[in-house]
Amino acid sequence: MVQTAGDDSRTDDPFEMAAQGVPGANPLIGGPVPDAADHVDAPGTMLPDGRPEAGVSGRSVRVGDRVFKALAAGSGAVLLVVMAAIAIFLVWKAIPAFTQNTGNLFTTQTWNPQGSPPVFGMAAVFFGTVMSAFIAMLVGVPIAVGIALFISHYASRRAATTLGAIVDLLAAVPSLVFGMWGLYFLIPQTKGFQAWMSEYFGWIPLFDNTKATTVDQFGKSLLIAGVVLAIMIIPIVSAVCREVFLQVPGETVDAAWALGATKWEMIRTAVIPFGRAGIISAAMLGLGRALGETIAVALVLNSGFRINWHITEPGGDTFASTIALKFGEAGGSPVAIAALVAAGLVLFVITLLVNTAARLVIARRKEFT
Amino acid sequence: MNGALSTAPATAGTSLRSTLVGARIPAWAPYASAAAGAGVALLLRRLLDWTGWYTTFFAAAALFVIVLTGWSFAVEGRRQAKNRLAATLVAASFVAAIVPLVLILTYIGIKGISVFSADFFLHSMNGVTSRMAGGGLYHALIGTLEQVAIAAVIALPIGILTAIYLVEYGRGTFARTVTFFVDVMTGVPSIVAGLFVYTFLLLGFGLRPFGAAGAVALAILMIPVSVRASEEMLKLVPRDLRDAAYALGVPKWRVIVRVVLPTAMSGLITSSLLAIARVAGETAPLILLTGYTASINFDPFSGDQATLPMMVWDQLGKRSGTTSNDLTEARAWGAALTLVLLVLLLNVGARLLARLARPKTR
Repeated sequence: MVQTAGDDSRTDDPFEMAAQGVPGANPLIGGPVPDAADHVDAPGTMLPDGRPEAGVSGRSVRVGDRVFKALAAGSGAVLLVVMAAIAIFLVWKAIPAFTQNTGNLFTTQTWNPQGSPPVFGMAAVFFGTVMSAFIAMLVGVPIAVGIALFISHYASRRAATTLGAIVDLLAAVPSLVFGMWGLYFLIPQTKGFQAWMSEYFGWIPLFDNTKATTVDQFGKSLLIAGVVLAIMIIPIVSAVCREVFLQVPGETVDAAWALGATKWEMIRTAVIPFGRAGIISAAMLGLGRALGETIAVALVLNSGFRINWHITEPGGDTFASTIALKFGEAGGSPVAIAALVAAGLVLFVITLLVNTAARLVIARRKEFT
Repeated sequence: MNGALSTAPATAGTSLRSTLVGARIPAWAPYASAAAGAGVALLLRRLLDWTGWYTTFFAAAALFVIVLTGWSFAVEGRRQAKNRLAATLVAASFVAAIVPLVLILTYIGIKGISVFSADFFLHSMNGVTSRMAGGGLYHALIGTLEQVAIAAVIALPIGILTAIYLVEYGRGTFARTVTFFVDVMTGVPSIVAGLFVYTFLLLGFGLRPFGAAGAVALAILMIPVSVRASEEMLKLVPRDLRDAAYALGVPKWRVIVRVVLPTAMSGLITSSLLAIARVAGETAPLILLTGYTASINFDPFSGDQATLPMMVWDQLGKRSGTTSNDLTEARAWGAALTLVLLVLLLNVGARLLARLARPKTR
């Protein structure tokens, strides 16, 4: 019995290996039949996952294969061309902004590229972008990690899929709708909260509103823009975190349980250390989204073009909202358009850096696991 | 400290103590804490003359956490108290995400449904001034459907073919570069994509805004989403199927076209629908590219073309001023609700499809 099984495996193996394209495994004893070489693909190459490639190579390549591969690779090339074109065109069309600007691009806090001479700078815009994104991260990331933990380790398995789908729905809501909701619901409803912050935490300059005297003078502040952005990045961040938390090796979790850990101790010692890189990269993906968000911010902020550390005071600008709001009045002025393109270029570079950093963190984690 | 398995309960709960299990607070403790928190918060509201309900709610929530954790700390000790605090905060963060979703959807539903009527869907805004009743989103719906369709026609073949390349052929520097730039492209802000198409198509060729220009920007946003999702779907196709076909001597491209693609078809449709849903609600690039017109324009290749997001943007712009304008606001909400329904329909449809027809794994 054992003997037969052994025989079977011995006779089967070469066929199986050949079918998977294992080099050197040829089921036809006595060398390849010339006819078979046309049909059975010549092996030799390896896939990225280490398995042998059962593809076509050498003289047996057919025209159809060449065309199809060229088509597929060409689509990939289109993608690279588009990315290169974005960079080239933004740089090229932004040149007038750099040459004709009489203000300092990085320190000036005004935006008047239509004027003569044109004066504009991105200091205030940069500040608003970073501050609103920072608030969004501060509010959104802990909540997103909490949701991911809830779905991956607290909710029952059946509930988890449903709840995950519900959170994903948040990601599907267009940003315009978040903006409208922020404008019509959140801002009126949080005036009292902002006044309260200013009154009781005003000793921290950040929360102090030096101008408002009544509650109604609170409203379209960077703080609220940050909260709206937080709500928008939560689904993305929590989706990535959830994926990572679900991959935590069962052995590590069981080891923590076996040592008598409480659920929180298990999460703190097994889940969080495993998922740390994933959390960081998820947060950076969310940051990229928050930095580039346009319409929601444009709706909940009034532009002011000055650096204002009092985040409960109305006013503030981001790169994206500036482009959307100032585009209409830029009209025919080439310098005004160039200034907006320059803003877009800076935004492009910032999001590129953030996303690349996130990918590098993910890639490093892959190496370790 | 962590190693100490037996915690010494400080005071209460001695009756529950056993030699094996440390003292536990009763199962009804969370409810009791919630009731206590709410009670104290209501008392505070009465005493301190709080006006809104938000303060009361948040005070009650904070009191609930404090009471429960404190109780647990007193009876069960430090580790269990920490555990309960973490569980409470995790559950709270989940509620914190669900609440905005429910608020947004109900708010927009209530606001938007008021203008829904047959007229609203079958008329354009042509000749309707901001203080006039009536008008509709027919022109915008046409524009959105046409532009998203054009974007899908451009983006989906590129996206799916790139995914095929990455899964079936992908190795070496080129494939790694493509993978990396797909990831980077996912992060390109929509306004930057719009700005690029503006400098490239409109400035470069000296054109006036037109609908298809918006579609090109939408396609740029759609491609990376489509590649990512399609890639996942193609990876689900069992390796055995491909190997069986190769063993029969089928050329690679025919294996892909006749075996891999049909097996992954439902998944690819799902991923395509999700990619479409992802861009259907985009507003930012359209502001730069498509212009806006109140009248119906069936031709996406010439002249301003309205879309649902742009109609909302336009109506909100007309509202701005000194007084609020209920009629324009209602139309904006109506258009926004239609947009949300469209996007949710695509999403739910895609997910249902994914559930109904999963690729057969073994």
